[in-house]
Amino acid sequence: MNPRNLLKSRSFALLGLAATSLLPQAANAAESLTIYSGRTESLVAPIINQFKKTTGIDVTVRYGGTAQLAIAIEEEGAKSPADIIWAQDAGALGALNKAGALAALPESITTRVPELFRNHNNTWVATSGRARVLAYSPERVAADALPKSVFDLTDPKYKGRVGWAPSNASFQTFVTAMTIDHGVDKTRAWLEAMKANETKAYAKNAPIIQGIAAGEVDFGLPNHYYLLRFKASDEAYPVAQTFFQDGDTANMINVAGVGMLKSSKNVSTAEKFILFLLSPVAQQYFTSQVFEYPVTDEVIASSLLEPFESVLKHAPKIDLEKLDNLEATLKLLSEVGLL
Amino acid sequence: MSATIHRQPPAYALLGIFLLCGGVLLPLAYLLVRAFEADSGELREIVFRSRNLELLSNTLSLTAGVLAVSVVAAFPLAWFTARRNIAGERFIAAAGVLPLAIPPYLMAYALLGLGGNYGAVAQLSDRAWSFPILSGYWGAVLVLALCNFPYLFLNFRSALMNIDPALEEMAYSLGSSKRRVLMRVIVPQLRPALLSGGLLVGLHVLSDFAVSSQMRYDTFSLAIFTQYNSAFDRTYAAWLALALLLMTFAALFVEARALRGLRLDRAGTIIPRRRAARGFSAITVAAFGFTALVVSASVGAPLFSILFWATKTDMAGQWPALFESLRGSALASMPAAVAATTLAVPVVYLGIRRPSWMTRMLERTLYIGYATPALAFALGLVFFSIRVTPALYQTFFLLVYAYTMRYIAEAVGPLRSTLYQASPRVEEAARSLGAGSAAAFFRVTLPLLKNSMLTATAFVFLSCMKDLPLTIILSPPGYQTLAVDLWGNIEEAMLPEAAPYALAIVACSALFVGLLLSREKSHS
Repeated sequence: MNPRNLLKSRSFALLGLAATSLLPQAANAAESLTIYSGRTESLVAPIINQFKKTTGIDVTVRYGGTAQLAIAIEEEGAKSPADIIWAQDAGALGALNKAGALAALPESITTRVPELFRNHNNTWVATSGRARVLAYSPERVAADALPKSVFDLTDPKYKGRVGWAPSNASFQTFVTAMTIDHGVDKTRAWLEAMKANETKAYAKNAPIIQGIAAGEVDFGLPNHYYLLRFKASDEAYPVAQTFFQDGDTANMINVAGVGMLKSSKNVSTAEKFILFLLSPVAQQYFTSQVFEYPVTDEVIASSLLEPFESVLKHAPKIDLEKLDNLEATLKLLSEVGLL
Repeated sequence: MSATIHRQPPAYALLGIFLLCGGVLLPLAYLLVRAFEADSGELREIVFRSRNLELLSNTLSLTAGVLAVSVVAAFPLAWFTARRNIAGERFIAAAGVLPLAIPPYLMAYALLGLGGNYGAVAQLSDRAWSFPILSGYWGAVLVLALCNFPYLFLNFRSALMNIDPALEEMAYSLGSSKRRVLMRVIVPQLRPALLSGGLLVGLHVLSDFAVSSQMRYDTFSLAIFTQYNSAFDRTYAAWLALALLLMTFAALFVEARALRGLRLDRAGTIIPRRRAARGFSAITVAAFGFTALVVSASVGAPLFSILFWATKTDMAGQWPALFESLRGSALASMPAAVAATTLAVPVVYLGIRRPSWMTRMLERTLYIGYATPALAFALGLVFFSIRVTPALYQTFFLLVYAYTMRYIAEAVGPLRSTLYQASPRVEEAARSLGAGSAAAFFRVTLPLLKNSMLTATAFVFLSCMKDLPLTIILSPPGYQTLAVDLWGNIEEAMLPEAAPYALAIVACSALFVGLLLSREKSHS
């Protein structure tokens, strides 16, 4: 490279540098947002990145377990750096609402979703819906040998053949629901019997599905969309899923949802983010990429998903709002020796 | 020579001990603070939880199992390379070190992806062949042993090389059989090697949560991780971490105790015997057969599995994200590596040039962070920073700090060996020509250390690059590193997507092992 070219390229580089350093500042003076996400990074990072790109807002995300983040927010109190909590389940949001940590959301947000998908005092809205299911190996389990009720799984014929994820927030909310449907004593007895029946504990939902494919277990209790994700990249993936009999607690519908912290100093930015999550773009992403149920009706349904109406028919009648006793459930799981 | 030895230990050595110990112990003290904050009813419930016993027995039996399998893998390799005249013993020696290139969390991922009805083997054979997936106790034992047996191998090997052949000859001349010589003469001399190698293996097992998590085998470390990650009962997490620390201290104590009063010294030096010509024999076949078995299990199988899963993902599409994580890892590892080496130089220097009990202590304190279970240290730092230095909570600085304290021990080896070889005469000459002690150090000694400082920095850097436990708990929100992203994919059972990150980490670790081997070679 001769000196003149060098000069040229250097001045170009300087120009570029000056331009890029000016641009974002001009667009958005110091608009920033901190999100605590109990939702897994691989599932939600793409949509958060899109929000960043389209708005130019500086977003920081702390990923972690939903319960962990909910408890962290309670401990951090008014000093919490979080503006938004995006939880994997309704239970943690209910607990935060009960603790008075969440701010009321404006009507512009709450009217975007049906009543089923928000709480009564409008401090959180669902961003997507999901169902609990029974996953199984179609190779090793005949269709007529499927258990009818989740309580059947304590039978000796299922010994060592079932996988679950006691440290997972969705599972914990299901346990909370069981305590409401069937009482604490029956739930405790079920958990103990399951443990005695050598139910295998996985760290998360997805490894349960993998464990079924690998032949380690024959049944599992995950959320519905994990299998669909495997199926989307590999049609022959050797796992299937179904529901227990209608109304079984283990068929419950849960939501991932979002709330704004009372301590947030970026209220308008936080509201912008929540509205974005309810926008057709984000809702379509949840349906087509994550295989969850949309909470608004402006999207094209995924062909892989069973229609929401039929899922509603299988699901037990549970008020998501009542699932706010996360602490008691965590304590129960510890006492039984699962946490 | 005696003029350079200062009987009085320098006061700043004391300060150094104080700072280095404090840097690790103070965060750990916060575990205690946190543990005793609960009210007495809650405490009683936590301490007497029946699960604690289960965790204790699991952790102990895992450690015992890993030690046993490691000895079985390490001893023959060491024997073949140190005691037999086998052509190609270099290759066998490399096989004993190579597994260090595969960090345990990665080995677990790779071996899980290999077996089962839908693993690499099953898919490649159109599901005609498969073998049961590794899991539970035996899965964890196998993975941890395959990754950690090199520590025992290195210790066994140098011990076997340093046994005086005269002892055996004497035993033979008194009519002992081969077997008797092995059991009564050789094995007793291996005790220190077994203890110090075993201690290293044990410390790694106690620290591990990632293998037990993937293999679904509950141990103290895994329980801490689960508490941190899912429930975050901080009091219980602190208690578990304390229990783990106690086990670590017990291991250190047992090792020191077992070595006390042990004398294996001899009068005079070993006279090397002429070795028989290298030949091809049944032993050679056995040695290479065994080596091939160990290498294919510890390196071949995991690499095969990772490469298989890499073909199932769009590598080109993942490149930008991979590059981002690589950058994040390097950005955090670099300052830690430089800081660790900078801190280690004066400590090692004092230990060699001004030997006294105090400077020796100072050198020992460099190992505190290394011996402390990583999760306990990370958790202590979290508690400490929330209470005492909230401005540092969840910052980049804290991650670099933790890396430095944990991996500073890696810098000691290269620095020590060079300093031992650098004659103090050169420094004395500089002093006699009028240079002050500081000037003599900076202008004469430091330039001699340049290469080994680079090596030390590289060791620490590569260790940080493959670190998982500290990174996962201490990296700031949204900060991408190789280990954190790999772990994210592993946790979600996204075997194909994890493969590029796994390959990147294997590359870093392979560099580490390459460095280790080339140092071995230049010293032998």
